[in-house]
Amino acid sequence: MQVLDEEPSCREGRERYNRKVVMIYFDRVSKVYADNSIALEDVSFSVEPGEFISIVGHSGAGKTTLVKMLLAEEKPTDGSVFFESINVHEVPLSRINHLRRKIGTVFQDFRLLPQKTAYENIAFAMEAAGRHEEEIHSDVPHVLDLVDLTDKANNFPDELSGGEQQRVAIARAIVNQPDVIIADEPTGNLDPVNTFEVVQILKKINDLGTTIILTTHNKGVIDSLKKRVITMDRGRIVRDDREGKYIL
Amino acid sequence: MNWTTVKRIFRSGLLDFWRNGFVSLASILVMTVTLFVVGMTLFAGVILQTALNDLRDKADVSVYFTTNAPEDKILELQKSVNALPQVESTQYVSADDALANFRERHQNDQLTLQALQELGANPLGAVLNIKAKDISQYDAIAQFLEQQQALSTGNASIIDKINYFDAQHRQALERLQSITDSAGTLGLVIILILVAVTIAISFNTLRLAIYTSREEIQVMRLVGAGSFYIRAPFMVEGVLYGLISGLVTLILFYPLTYWLGSATADFFGGINVFSYYVSHFLQFFAIIVGTGVVLGAAASYLAVRRYLKI
Repeated sequence: MQVLDEEPSCREGRERYNRKVVMIYFDRVSKVYADNSIALEDVSFSVEPGEFISIVGHSGAGKTTLVKMLLAEEKPTDGSVFFESINVHEVPLSRINHLRRKIGTVFQDFRLLPQKTAYENIAFAMEAAGRHEEEIHSDVPHVLDLVDLTDKANNFPDELSGGEQQRVAIARAIVNQPDVIIADEPTGNLDPVNTFEVVQILKKINDLGTTIILTTHNKGVIDSLKKRVITMDRGRIVRDDREGKYIL
Repeated sequence: MNWTTVKRIFRSGLLDFWRNGFVSLASILVMTVTLFVVGMTLFAGVILQTALNDLRDKADVSVYFTTNAPEDKILELQKSVNALPQVESTQYVSADDALANFRERHQNDQLTLQALQELGANPLGAVLNIKAKDISQYDAIAQFLEQQQALSTGNASIIDKINYFDAQHRQALERLQSITDSAGTLGLVIILILVAVTIAISFNTLRLAIYTSREEIQVMRLVGAGSFYIRAPFMVEGVLYGLISGLVTLILFYPLTYWLGSATADFFGGINVFSYYVSHFLQFFAIIVGTGVVLGAAASYLAVRRYLKI
């Protein structure tokens, strides 16, 4: 009778997940590193399709670990992570790339391929997914236009500003039309103007129906979004507000 | 895997090769050294073999016949010796030839020639020189000859002396055998160590080259690229390093062997490395370029593997 012992919110999440209303479901996930430091402790929450969720918290609160769990970059010590009815950590390493193609990722440090131009960086994600040349030729200029970088298509990352690099990264994340985009501190290295632009692009993508998970500790961004906010502290979820503000 | 994927892999490998120019150049240089060492060991092996064979070839056993031994009996013995599996060749020197040889050898020694004159009859018997296929087989041949000698005790034996049973000759043969054997083994060990070391260095260079790309590999994984799709362009690059290094090495060997050719012809058992290189070029091409390509592909495959674990 384990279900009865659980907290009501947890049980509700699982039920909603079973009814397929939920796209992502963290089921009592904990992560303890080898040195016994706790990164996540009993974290449960669910994400519905089309949601825009911000995860906030101080550095070391466990935001990035949470994101890495969803990408199967790290395995939980306890609990499970489900993405579209699949237990992410039961997918073998040889098949994990198929799951990752459904998730677009944007990182604080951009993580572009330095030896490839902006165009090639975006095209790479499509090539890796085995898309046809014609699709690549039509889609890449389209997303470059969406992030307003058409004239920088043939520049290498080191020839682009931070904001431009991040926009390339976003273009790369959305080009395969993923079901969800994870943006891990995407504005952490950007000035206010570029931060505003990146957030506007994310909002636009969300308006088009893509689920967004954004981690940040930028108060201005959170307060302007007026979307759901999950607040983390020392590996635990301390608040989960439907239309939240940055409260820490 | 379809044609588009193959095309993308090759394009990506070639582009990375070109854009990582300095890393490519360094890898090619180190790999060229490796292949050069591999090539040198091939030459060293051939030179060693011919030199040792040349030495071994100097060994033989001579059977001295009595002066009154009838020639047909000697030729009969030669026939049966030739039939032995251990025997490579025999050379019959008749008593007259032996005398002529003796005269020639002592043509400046008037005293000896005078003594010979005095003697009137030919004091020398016929000689049968026997070469075995291998130094170690002289013992068996000598045993056989001894048996022949024993069998003919009824009649007078035609064999006067077999020099294998001279302590000195025997010792010289044994020493020659042990020297050539240990030189061969030592040469092989040195060659193997040298090749192993250079291959390890080459492997490490490629690993370092790919180490610089480790973050890229991780990004590729996170963007959803499959292991093979990430790995293959690196292998194309590795193969390209091997191919270019192999060709550079083959080109380098041409003037080098040309320059060394006459020197080695004089020194080591008469082998001219240049003519050997030219006549065995296809083998050299296959071994050197093949080693480079396999080394490049294998090193890249293994080096990428450790970064694919996410």
